Amino acid sequence: MKTLASFGPANRIARTEETHPLTWRLRSDGQPVWLEEYQQKNGYAAARKALLEMGQADIVSTVKDSGLKGRGGAGFPTGVKWSLMPADESLNIRYLLCNADEMEPNTWKDRMLMEQLPHLLIEGMLISARALKAYRGYIFLRGEYVDAARHLRHAVEEAKAAGLLGKNILGSGFDFELFVHTGAGRYICGEETALINSLEGRRANPRAKPPFPAAVGVWGKPTCVNNVETLCNVPAIVAHGVPWYTGLARPDSGDHGTKLMGFSGKVKNPGIWELPFGITARELFEEYAGGMRDGFTLKCWQPGGAGTGFLLPEHLEAQMYSGGIGKVGTRMGTGLALAVDHTVNMVSLLRNMEEFFARESCGWCTPCRDGLPWSVKTLRALERGQGRPEDLEVLLRLVDFLGPGKTFCAHAPGAVEPLGSAIKYFRDEFEAGISQAAAADRPTAEFVQA
Amino acid sequence: MATIHVDGKQYEVDGADNLLQACLSLGLDVPYFCWHPALGSVGACRQCAVKQYSDENDTRGRLVMSCMTPATDNSWISIDDEEAKAFRASVIEWLMINHPHDCPVCEEGGHCHLQDMTVMTGHNQRRYRFSKRTHVNQELGPFIAHEMNRCIACYRCVRYYKDYAGGTDLGVFGANDQVYFGRVEDGTLESEFSGNLTEVCPTGVFTDKTHSERYNRKWDMQFAPSICHGCASGCNTSPGERYGEIRRIENRFNGSVNHYFLCDRGRFGYGYVNREDRPRQPIVQRSKLTMGIDAALDQAAGLLNRRRIIGIGSPRASLESNFALRELVGAEDFFSGIAREELDNIQLVRQILQDGPLPVASIRDMEAHDAVFVLGEDLTQTAARIALALRQAARGKATELAKAAGIQDWHQAAVQNIAQGAQNPVFIASLDSTRLDDIAAESVHAAPDDLARLGCAVAHAIDPSAPAVAGLESEAAELAERIAQALLAAKRPLLVSGASLGSRAIIEAAANIAQALKNRQKNASISLVVPEANSMGMAMLLAGESADKSVEAALAALSAGQYDALVVLENDLYRRADKASVDAALAAVGVIIAADHQQTPTTDRAHLLLPASSFAEGDGTLVSQEGRAQRFFQVFDPSYYKPEVLIREGWRWMHALRSTLLGQPVDWTTLDQVTAACAQVHPRLAPITEAAPDAGFRIRGLKLARSPHRYSGRTAMRANLSVHEPRQPQDPDSAFAFSMEGYAGSREQRQQVPFAWSPGWNSPQAWNKFQDEVGGHLRSGDPGVRLFDGARMDLHWTAPPAAFAPAQGTWQVVALHHLFGSEENSSRAAPIQERMPQPYIALAEAEAARLGVNEGALLGFTLGTEVLQLPLRISADLPLGVAGLPAGLPSIPPLTSNAVVTELREAAQ
Repeated sequence: MKTLASFGPANRIARTEETHPLTWRLRSDGQPVWLEEYQQKNGYAAARKALLEMGQADIVSTVKDSGLKGRGGAGFPTGVKWSLMPADESLNIRYLLCNADEMEPNTWKDRMLMEQLPHLLIEGMLISARALKAYRGYIFLRGEYVDAARHLRHAVEEAKAAGLLGKNILGSGFDFELFVHTGAGRYICGEETALINSLEGRRANPRAKPPFPAAVGVWGKPTCVNNVETLCNVPAIVAHGVPWYTGLARPDSGDHGTKLMGFSGKVKNPGIWELPFGITARELFEEYAGGMRDGFTLKCWQPGGAGTGFLLPEHLEAQMYSGGIGKVGTRMGTGLALAVDHTVNMVSLLRNMEEFFARESCGWCTPCRDGLPWSVKTLRALERGQGRPEDLEVLLRLVDFLGPGKTFCAHAPGAVEPLGSAIKYFRDEFEAGISQAAAADRPTAEFVQA
Repeated sequence: MATIHVDGKQYEVDGADNLLQACLSLGLDVPYFCWHPALGSVGACRQCAVKQYSDENDTRGRLVMSCMTPATDNSWISIDDEEAKAFRASVIEWLMINHPHDCPVCEEGGHCHLQDMTVMTGHNQRRYRFSKRTHVNQELGPFIAHEMNRCIACYRCVRYYKDYAGGTDLGVFGANDQVYFGRVEDGTLESEFSGNLTEVCPTGVFTDKTHSERYNRKWDMQFAPSICHGCASGCNTSPGERYGEIRRIENRFNGSVNHYFLCDRGRFGYGYVNREDRPRQPIVQRSKLTMGIDAALDQAAGLLNRRRIIGIGSPRASLESNFALRELVGAEDFFSGIAREELDNIQLVRQILQDGPLPVASIRDMEAHDAVFVLGEDLTQTAARIALALRQAARGKATELAKAAGIQDWHQAAVQNIAQGAQNPVFIASLDSTRLDDIAAESVHAAPDDLARLGCAVAHAIDPSAPAVAGLESEAAELAERIAQALLAAKRPLLVSGASLGSRAIIEAAANIAQALKNRQKNASISLVVPEANSMGMAMLLAGESADKSVEAALAALSAGQYDALVVLENDLYRRADKASVDAALAAVGVIIAADHQQTPTTDRAHLLLPASSFAEGDGTLVSQEGRAQRFFQVFDPSYYKPEVLIREGWRWMHALRSTLLGQPVDWTTLDQVTAACAQVHPRLAPITEAAPDAGFRIRGLKLARSPHRYSGRTAMRANLSVHEPRQPQDPDSAFAFSMEGYAGSREQRQQVPFAWSPGWNSPQAWNKFQDEVGGHLRSGDPGVRLFDGARMDLHWTAPPAAFAPAQGTWQVVALHHLFGSEENSSRAAPIQERMPQPYIALAEAEAARLGVNEGALLGFTLGTEVLQLPLRISADLPLGVAGLPAGLPSIPPLTSNAVVTELREAAQ
């Protein structure tokens, strides 16, 4: 087996079961934790408790009370999502899908969990499936995560052989089958309804909501889609209870529990760490990531993936939880931050990002399909110094009209959020791309009016 | 009902609608692309954004897509809101990023929904200055041109083609702004309904290739409300003419019949109207001497004078023309021009539909049925529009499931997701596999008598008092039971059968089923397909007759020397009876006068040929298989462009002939007089005068315009003849003017609409403006009048036939119908000819194996008196003991159900 890259220092910081429910079982060598070792480290104890001691409703209420929120980026309360599943017992075909299509630029947290702790995800899914009365689960995995696929498949086989998946699990009478499905490589498959379409073998276009997947999901049946990290939180919540879980975060955090957070870019110590919600971004940046490398200064940063807005160094005082980042005008996202150093031109950075978002548009709705490529071409012109004075208006109009609620799904709003914030904070860099000749020569409007 | 507030005004709307439907139904203009009345909402294009407020005090509001937002009670929205307007203009601006600036050379121009919506939003200045993405276009066959660069990715084409019409060879490929709508590779589109893409596409990606070579703008055409003559479905069409040629057929919305869609035969089969070889002047066939109208009438009268005249009419001619012939020769000497077996079957169909136990479903209403049994018809080939309607009946299950889950019928993607392909049961019992089998819960293939036996078994399973079928195999009995149970379990079962196989037993079996459903008090409907556009009209015209009015009877009378003169109207007798008997009959009669709009083997034998009008140059009334009498109106006057053209309606010729012969003045100078006289023949025909407004109909004192206001070039188009523009032709027969002068709008009440147009709406989407609610029915009532809605009576049971058992060494001949090729006139159109199969003989796989012959082998055989050689087509589903021949194709003789093939062997190479 090939040696795994560690994910930065996550494996090397001090971790305990009490404080690091997601990562305490990680091995220092970065190798996967297989079933035997996982069970030695209390693995599947939570599943045993959930299946044998707790009622289905107890699990749902425990997760609801814990305040666990989705870790995929949107932060929707998990217990609420679970309780949207229909109460109607006649709808007995239900699915639990794990959204493991981690494709957000600068985000690799789910990858670490799946490569190194595959059984944590399986246990989380088993408990969640029990809570949701789902008889079948799918892990929709990013196709490029070949190691994760291999490890998950091996772990599923181990779990099946040990009676932890399949029929009458642990003698509880509960049946649960789990499949690993690798995606064909589209960013949009991380959108839960596009993921459902893709799993069904259709084009990965998102679906209109309502109806929500809880009502009409995969193959038309009630479906719950949760992120890898979200599901990995479930075993510890079940094992240790709500008061323990709500005590994990910093006291003034609005969100509960821990979060895989990270920093990339030209920082001294890029990596991910399991940290309590509510720490300040500065703590993350300076104490964990070690600040900027020598010779580089922090120009701006994104808190949680390419689809979150840019923030200035002064915003490092913000606390890392949804409300904390919300106060400074963007979203926590995946919690894996990006440091932009002083050598980076914002126009080039945004051009690069928008190329990604434009390419990954599924092509369904007009603003996203046709608006994002326009932003790319405009940014390219600005990058080459061939911009026109009206280009900023064009970009700002796109930022406005590709924003939340106006496009079919959240792809375009995520794409324009960094653009809007970059123009807000670094407008001069964009204006610098306007050709002087073009700026002097503005006959177009007058000509047209004449 | 729900109350909604739009820009401060209060309206009552249907709360089950979405806001877009509600607004459009109110007559408010909201631009849209991906939504279509027949396809529902998917929220893709974002064009229909409006501002929605939480209540009357909310001043901020938020943009919503009106097509995806229910019109719930007490909704507050604004269309005029500045942000909403700016957003909608931006959507057009985005769509225009890649849309080429080719309107001047684009064939969609002038009836382009994208143009209309662009004007509506006010976007008029392009800021995008970069290169456009381009695509490679595909060759999609003789009907449809493909220009992908114009695509605005509304996804309507694939949603129509795949989801609505069941096609499998058009898809969407790629992602982002490179999405591509086409086939996997170049090739003819397989769907029989591909032509609707030209109207479903909101811009010029899919255009009518048959129009392309002789192209002109919609606004430069002259239109009339017409009825498709391609089969008995009675679809409403808008043929467009320029320079004396039909240039294009567009769909004409009739909310009870075809609503938005036509089949490809109906849309692309018009070329026979423009053929060079059409008779355009009266001509003495032997001398090829052409003459004027008066000379022709004198000549004809001279030929007919003091002779015993027989008249043979036609099921492809109007009621009026047939009636005028009947008046000319007298009812006793008027014959249908239909083969005996077919005529008997049509009369039986007429009786069942007219007086039988079940109401007759309109094509639109078929879509609302929840279980269907098709007995003996290959609908895609014989009445294609019905096949498309049955697809919607099957899809109705999805709507029902969605409704149970609280999802609106317009929320199309969600409806399909919840249904997961679940369909209402459609059972198809047919001769061979059909292009509708893909929606069948079960399909079965058998010889005609065995199909009839299955039908009788279904009737018996529904109501045990229906005669049982002796000796039925258990497999068939079990299938019959399943079909019966499905029909009984349905809220509205539908039975579809017909006369296409020439089998009386099948129609009788259908009657048994109808009666059985009635006895079980099911809210069921029936539809029986008849072969031609006016087969049903002819049946009604002859309804009271006890004498044999078949073509065989007419030919026998001719051969027996009972007549000295024959007047044959719009009928090629060689398609109706075997060549020998037609030859003999025509040889026996001294005088033959034919009136037709085509050259046929029959007109070749005439002494005098009178040029009759096709649907394009004349008016008349047809009765569809539904029993719907519908008027078609003259599209143009050919003599305006070429004064030497002397085409007249069949009824005008017949009546003028009668007047000349009797030395009487002409009584009928207008269509209305003929229609009124025809309506007197039979009380059941009386309502035909109501099929359309009479020639005196006016709106604000105006006639109705046949051409859009912008019609151009009128002064110049005749300048090769004279620089003095003559007065436009006058139309005494209808309320339409041969002109752009007259009423052309949508506001006033009118049923008969030559072309869809309303201010700001130039595309077929203009039908919105004529409807009671979008996609519903015409505000003034759907065109036509139903003749079969009288009292319903019980039918007697008919005993099932014996099981099919062909004699050793014989094969029963069965007719295999082809949408492209089996119909006489459309198969004269060049694009249809490209799609016609070569003549063949079809045998079951096992038979071919037994004979030791392969696909394509040339087989020789005897059929009646004829010896034929045809290549073999092997069919996986054709039953044993039958030989399938393609009905109506060249070299295929007229087929009867009792014909047998003998001496079948591989022909010497």
